[in-house]
Amino acid sequence: MDVVREISESLIEKTQLPDFKTGDTITVHYKIKEGNKERIQQFQGVVLQRRGSGITETFTIRKMSGSFGVERVIPVCSPFIDRIEINKTGSVRRARIFYLRERSGKSARIKEKRTFTKK
Amino acid sequence: MPGLIGKKLGMTSIYSAEGKNLPCTLIECGPCVVTQVKTVEKDGYSAVQLGYGERKEKNTPNALKGHFKKAGTSPKSKLIEFADFEDLNLGDEVNAELFQEGEFVDVVGTSKGKGFQGVVKRHNFRGVGDATHGQHNRLRAPGSIGAASYPARVFKGMKMAGQMGNERVKVQNLQVLKVLTDKNVLVVKGSIPGPKGSYVILEK
Repeated sequence: MDVVREISESLIEKTQLPDFKTGDTITVHYKIKEGNKERIQQFQGVVLQRRGSGITETFTIRKMSGSFGVERVIPVCSPFIDRIEINKTGSVRRARIFYLRERSGKSARIKEKRTFTKK
Repeated sequence: MPGLIGKKLGMTSIYSAEGKNLPCTLIECGPCVVTQVKTVEKDGYSAVQLGYGERKEKNTPNALKGHFKKAGTSPKSKLIEFADFEDLNLGDEVNAELFQEGEFVDVVGTSKGKGFQGVVKRHNFRGVGDATHGQHNRLRAPGSIGAASYPARVFKGMKMAGQMGNERVKVQNLQVLKVLTDKNVLVVKGSIPGPKGSYVILEK
């Protein structure tokens, strides 16, 4: 394996996150520090992209706050992530769905991916 | 000052205790071998010559082969002198343990070569800014380089087009974030000059 990757992975403990993809709707529970108190806040939205690899990987998540779109870029290895919930698995054709930014209302919906479990 | 010869491995990022994402560079440093000890009595000044990086025997000149044989090491590709080392003998090894976490180091390297570049890229000139109003091939031109009959010459050091990069660059006061003694790797905050795999000098 690449030396840089090997060393950087030994320096950071990777948190176990569920396997989410572009187009999924997820809720990120992240820790927020106020003074010396810590509390947990949620951010629910659609994953626009996953970018980079290894410990420097990030994902962009977008939600509509009223009529404004709000985006956050979060490193996958961020120590501030408490946990991530997958609310919906979306079915999209591309890895980066920036076209969602220009859309609103009905056209901004993402088809849900049906998963069948074998009996 | 004491120092080491190292090799740039590449960049990554780590998190500080407060959870801040810090960009950092990994430098493999050593183990460097002492190939010569210079003393005031013999050489007129005191210094220690360190060697680092493997080199093929067949590509080593005979004179250097003898030099390495004296120190009892295999041929090294990079030899650099450092002052102010204490009690080091011929053939001793120096490694990453020379540095402590939290300490500040200077890193010397050779920057990536950019070739012959114009003033816009090389000196951050702004160019003309207009593509129209009489400009036809002057978009990235430097403009005036001085007055006319007095001084009747161009001053030395005028910023002009030329070779950019591929020069010795020193970056000062980079914080050592981690010392990985088992792998002989130093994690330094920020970036350092040069491509991956290039030799750098670390100064304390």
